[in-house]
Amino acid sequence: METVVKRLGVWALVLLAAICAIALTPDRGFAIHAGIVALVAVILIIATLGTYDPLAKAQSIFRMPPGPSRYDDDVVRWGVIATMFWGLAGLLVGVVIAAQLSFPWLNLEPYLNFGRLRPLHTSAVIFAFGGNALLATSFYVVQRTCRTTLALPGLARFVFWGYQLFIVLAATGYLLGITQSREYAEPEWYVDLWLTIVWVAYLAVYVATILRRHEPHIYVANWFYLAFIITIAMLHVVNNLALPVSLLGAKSYSAFAGVQDALTQWWYGHNAVGFFLTAGFLAMMYYFVPKQAGRPVYSYRLSIIHFWSLIFLYIWAGPHHLHYTALPDWAQTLGMVFSIMLWMPSWGGMINGLMTLNGAWDKVRTDPIIRMMVLALAFYGMSTFEGPMLSIKAVNSLSHYTDWTIGHVHSGALGWNGMITFACLYYLTPRLWGQARLYSLQMINWHFWLATLGIVFYAASMWVAGITQGLMWREYGADGYLVNSFVDTVAALHPMYVLRMVGGLLYLAGAAIMAFNLAMTIAGRQRDEAPLGETAHDAAADRPLLPQPAAEPAE
Amino acid sequence: MANKRIDAPTGTEFVGHEWDGIEELNTPLPRWWLWTFYATIIFSLIYVVLYPAWPLIDRATAGTLGWSSRGALAKELAAAEAARQGTFQQIAATPIEALPARPELMQAAIAGGAAAFKVNCVQCHGAGAAGYQEHGYPNLNDDDWIWGGTLPEIEYTITHGIRWEADEATRVNFMPAFAGVLDAGQVGAVARHVLSLSGKARPSPAGAQVFADNCAACHGAGGEGNPAMGAPALNDAIWLYGSSEAAVRQQILGPRHGVMPAWQGRLDPVTIKMLAAYVFSRGGGQQAPAASPATATSAAADTPARKANPDG
Repeated sequence: METVVKRLGVWALVLLAAICAIALTPDRGFAIHAGIVALVAVILIIATLGTYDPLAKAQSIFRMPPGPSRYDDDVVRWGVIATMFWGLAGLLVGVVIAAQLSFPWLNLEPYLNFGRLRPLHTSAVIFAFGGNALLATSFYVVQRTCRTTLALPGLARFVFWGYQLFIVLAATGYLLGITQSREYAEPEWYVDLWLTIVWVAYLAVYVATILRRHEPHIYVANWFYLAFIITIAMLHVVNNLALPVSLLGAKSYSAFAGVQDALTQWWYGHNAVGFFLTAGFLAMMYYFVPKQAGRPVYSYRLSIIHFWSLIFLYIWAGPHHLHYTALPDWAQTLGMVFSIMLWMPSWGGMINGLMTLNGAWDKVRTDPIIRMMVLALAFYGMSTFEGPMLSIKAVNSLSHYTDWTIGHVHSGALGWNGMITFACLYYLTPRLWGQARLYSLQMINWHFWLATLGIVFYAASMWVAGITQGLMWREYGADGYLVNSFVDTVAALHPMYVLRMVGGLLYLAGAAIMAFNLAMTIAGRQRDEAPLGETAHDAAADRPLLPQPAAEPAE
Repeated sequence: MANKRIDAPTGTEFVGHEWDGIEELNTPLPRWWLWTFYATIIFSLIYVVLYPAWPLIDRATAGTLGWSSRGALAKELAAAEAARQGTFQQIAATPIEALPARPELMQAAIAGGAAAFKVNCVQCHGAGAAGYQEHGYPNLNDDDWIWGGTLPEIEYTITHGIRWEADEATRVNFMPAFAGVLDAGQVGAVARHVLSLSGKARPSPAGAQVFADNCAACHGAGGEGNPAMGAPALNDAIWLYGSSEAAVRQQILGPRHGVMPAWQGRLDPVTIKMLAAYVFSRGGGQQAPAASPATATSAAADTPARKANPDG
């Protein structure tokens, strides 16, 4: 009873503060955000007061197995559902903005124009889809590789739901025009503060779980998860140092100015790629690839060397985003050489993933999940080669500011992050919901080919578009004048933009098939289908031909 | 090593740890991987000696090649400048009205003007120089010239701008607002008369009278305009602010006056000359004095842009 009263008091205070903020702020977007917080507080008050338990209700809708399981997998199940949901949302917005670039009349002012939807897309796929995948898999992997349950189960639940609140605040903020205008760090100061609290809680849960492990050693996946959590905390805090104009308004100003501000932003931006999308997803790879293949990890030594070299080198490579800008030449040089040295450490992860299949390569033919993992690693290798190449100043002078960058990012995001996440979701869902198998393996095959075709359309069109753009911008006529105006290049790229949209649609279609497949799996259904990769076997025909005894004449 | 268990498919020994069924092999680092890693490190070490790299207290090492991005840019610009120098000097030495007589020089001037136009002019006049009627940015592709369409006249307009207060020689005129001077009936009548000059409305005798009393002094008795004072021709199908009766009425009651900056000081005289040549070449350039003022209304001049947006 006492705890109920205490909790009620806390939620009531939150509600009161939110109502005060709504009443006092002159900022409409800030008022709407306070309204969302107030709504959450009201739901929590009702849940605390009454017998109505929204969580249990939702768990019954999603058929989550009741009672405590051996491992604490509730948060993981929620994470799988959230990953699926935000993945579809983020990809859909991506297709919409691709269409907006092809057909500008699709920009619906002011809430649904390209400028507001673009951060919605990037944040939804990186932080909502990717972030939830990392949350879910990290909680799944750390328990199993430490042979223990989550150390702080209550805090783990707070991390998950707190992170969803962060996503909702960030996403609605973009549509309302609330932004810091820092790429991949658009949410304003109060949302940043909230994420900091959530993230520190995440670190606490993770470290505490590792500390109570029953294994003598810490598995390599956990090194990568830990590097991801710690570094993202540092990057997030430093890059978002800002002074709010008012405590009752959304707007804030960065603590840095001019080129220092740009460098801080790209130190953050590049390492968001490095530690969120590379280190974190390598951690997923290090657990799920050996599990699905049923093979030992290729090389322990390689995992040590490539882990430490990756961690050490990645953090210095950010200045390559600012080649040929006001950034001093020396910083540009260092950004470039650290990126080049990063090539092999990145490839270490690909080698360790692919070579783990030694002795199980036949599964690429028969197991669509393994096939997805192999494709993911192949795209990881491709984009971690392309990255260092684009960081070379001579190449960058052509590629910078063009769609080549967009193509590069998406071959990594769709090919590596997307595919490895899909593979993990396919691995996790039947296990988490206690099903014998997935609803359909053939649908994974469809997903695989749609996604692969989508990536090819996307990456190829953006490579062509980027190089066309770069060459047109720098084209000089024989008389020494620039040949093209900017709008000439826009017109030239139109067909490529349409192709890119088609690629995005294919990829989205694959993800929709996955969502259906996983939903049916959760519902406990199994599609009646021929198993993959099995050739027909006719036992009756499987015998030698014996010489027939010559027929006796009838006489 | 106590542990000598061997993985059968690969023939490699296990490290000996196991997590949730996952084991690790003790495969050595792939040689090609290691050597490529070393090669990238050696490349980087050489590169940071050759190029600016190490931050010191008050500056950074300059690199043994002496390369800097500013230096490289300056060198490229100087080379481009030098390549153009011959043409530049010839254009500078040639009076603008003499340019058409030297086709190769005129061609070079038009090319240079097109490049400068993309940087300085497209913001208002559009990439195709078709203007933007909603804001009264004139179309430069037709043969209707408010301030004259010969090469020297265009050059003067670019040099000094229009209603640009910072330039004493700027082209300036103001049409009085007739709100309060003419009553509503008179305004409607004169608007219809103006439209009738280009066959867009039936003639209005009352409007013709108002026109003769108030407008003809600048715009001419037949509405043919007067480039010398920047009075636009009203007898053709080309309209700065729109050709609907409402748009014409609005312009009579409270005229809008566009402003164009003077470009002397911002652009060098040769670039201005080249811009004038480019604008001249867009289709409507007028020949020096001998040519008659643009009176004929050609159907071709009624550009699609104007048709599409009659209300301006």
